[in-house]
Amino acid sequence: MSETAQQSPHHIDVKEFHPRAQAAIHNPKIRQNFRKAMDGLMTKRKSAFEGWDLETLRDLGANIRLRALANLPDLLEQLEQKLTENGIKVHWAVDSDDACQIVRDICVARDAKSVIKGKSMVSEEMELNHYLEEQGITALESDLGEYIVQLAGETPSHIIMPAIHKNTGEISELMHEKTGTDLSHDVEYLTTAARLQLREKFMNADVGVSGVNFAVAETGTLCLVENEGNGRMTTTVPPCHIAVTGIEKVVPNLEDVTALMALLTRSATGQHITTYFNMISGPRKPDEMDGPEEVHLVLVDNGRSSIYQDNELLDTLRCIRCGACMNHCPVYTRVGGHTYGTTYPGPIGKILMPHLIGLDEGRHLPTASSLCGACGEVCPVKIPIPDLLVRLRQESVDGDKLHPAKVNGHGAKRGAMEAMVWKGWSWMHARPGAYRFGTNMAARFRKLQPGKIGGWTQFRTAPKLASKTLHERMKERGQ
Amino acid sequence: MSSRETILQRLRNRTGGELTAPECDFSVLKRPDWSTAERIELFEKTIESVHGEVHRCTEDTWIGRLAELLATRGARNLLVPKEHEIGLSLRSAVERESLPSLLIYDEPIESWQTALFNDVDAGITSTRGGIAETGSLILWPNADEPRLMSLVPPVHVAVLYAKEIYTTFHEAMLAQNWAAGMPTNALLVSGPSKTADIEQTLAYGVHGPKELIVLIIE
Ligand code: SF4
Repeated sequence: MSETAQQSPHHIDVKEFHPRAQAAIHNPKIRQNFRKAMDGLMTKRKSAFEGWDLETLRDLGANIRLRALANLPDLLEQLEQKLTENGIKVHWAVDSDDACQIVRDICVARDAKSVIKGKSMVSEEMELNHYLEEQGITALESDLGEYIVQLAGETPSHIIMPAIHKNTGEISELMHEKTGTDLSHDVEYLTTAARLQLREKFMNADVGVSGVNFAVAETGTLCLVENEGNGRMTTTVPPCHIAVTGIEKVVPNLEDVTALMALLTRSATGQHITTYFNMISGPRKPDEMDGPEEVHLVLVDNGRSSIYQDNELLDTLRCIRCGACMNHCPVYTRVGGHTYGTTYPGPIGKILMPHLIGLDEGRHLPTASSLCGACGEVCPVKIPIPDLLVRLRQESVDGDKLHPAKVNGHGAKRGAMEAMVWKGWSWMHARPGAYRFGTNMAARFRKLQPGKIGGWTQFRTAPKLASKTLHERMKERGQ
Repeated sequence: MSSRETILQRLRNRTGGELTAPECDFSVLKRPDWSTAERIELFEKTIESVHGEVHRCTEDTWIGRLAELLATRGARNLLVPKEHEIGLSLRSAVERESLPSLLIYDEPIESWQTALFNDVDAGITSTRGGIAETGSLILWPNADEPRLMSLVPPVHVAVLYAKEIYTTFHEAMLAQNWAAGMPTNALLVSGPSKTADIEQTLAYGVHGPKELIVLIIE
């Protein structure tokens, strides 16, 4: 098992990013597993968009998401109204606790003891499984990757492929140890074993919990994208289905999902479409033979309405959770998903998590980037991720006049010394006399320059000051 | 204040001011007008690339072909719709002997869940059309063809009329005017159930059918 994965998923200190990154970099297994997977995903994405006018399609994707955000409160109300008409009950949750309680209350009202889950990153964000277990309700993941991760007592290391950090051998050992399957590197065998184990659970679960990819206001439809069929099982077999989603997932029209789907699956896994695209618009009707008798939607805010306040940060909410930004991120590929210690890893995590946990907790996230720009280039809805990283870096030392700090916990990285140095620097640059005097002094006394300048010289040697200032050199050349 | 009001109020009173909604131009999704033959070809190619199986038949040959396909798989039974023509034709077919026993899903799932999960070998459903670009089948389950028919049995057979194959999802949705009203559950199915969660290795039938057989009727 990997070193970083052994920690209990619920007590990871996000601030300890650096030691985790160090450990991951020196763990060849993690690097191999991620490198191999990410290389494959990048190639597949590229070929899936062959023959497409990708820029125009991305513009459309961005505009659809922007249009939805522009009318967000109205759309949410429209969605609620349509869903209610369709017989789906809508709940609103300001934060994770609120959302967890709503799910629990629905379970308690039905006297439900077991919950089966389809893949949902929002439920990870809520730490729903943990919460339900505490309430005496078992919660079992049914997406194969999530199932594996849950068996291991870990959290997902990728938003689309939760168990990407493990290779077949590790999974075989895990399943052998926890479920008694034979030790085998035959993926077919392992998959069939999981199918049998989970079929039992689907039949007996009291409640199914799923995520939502798009919620359509026009028709009151919840859309789910998946390959395995566990999402369909989860939302069809148990007598009660609870969908949880972030408030930003709403789109105005059904037509919108055609474009977002074209972008989502190709960006995520290089598929033209996933095996199943499931559109749910209501519970079982009286004459129908199957389907849940109750369907609920929990709309979760959890920090999203704060992101919504700022015109620049707002772009974060366009995300359709395809994972392409992590697949293409040189940092993510090297350190792996668990290093971040957050629900959402990689570039999207770096711009989203600071809002959910505060910039003091997530202070290292915006700096875990080389700003190479790959994430922004592949993002199907054109989120300017690098710009947002820079903005959050500014906020972590308290913003500037153009971008006043707004994120909770801003200024966490502001140091008195550094602030003073930069203040002096800007004072000096605004005064030619002081500037000349200062640079002269620096050149004269350059021997006194410190060799170590904090983190800056951790991996580099400090640059040396020249013996003469630029002004002096120009004067010598007679200019 | 309720959570609902808190959230809506925060969104309405945003400090950044009013947002303007951009225009959305969907023309990038448009494709040239393809002939039915071209659409069938693309549909076939795409769905086969994800492990779906396609057989081109006619009104007269599909039942015979189905019987063969099920026989080679050793299917003991086939779940068929009760009222849809597909079910009616199968139940009155001359090839009746060569078909496995025909089952009907006319009771609520609660009364026969274990049997459906453990003893049904194959299910056949109609489709509301297909999508060539993505190799997808459009399914609108209803009382006659419940949701689990296309999900639980290890083999799913779908009947698709060639003239109902659209080029894109966008085109199909507009042509059939989905926005006017959606059923409780609508689906696009594009291949058998699959996963790549174990080291990116594809495996089929993880939760849903292991095999998807499409009978295209020309
Ligand atoms: S930020 Fe963009 S690339 Fe990353 S997951 Fe979201 S939509 Fe995909």
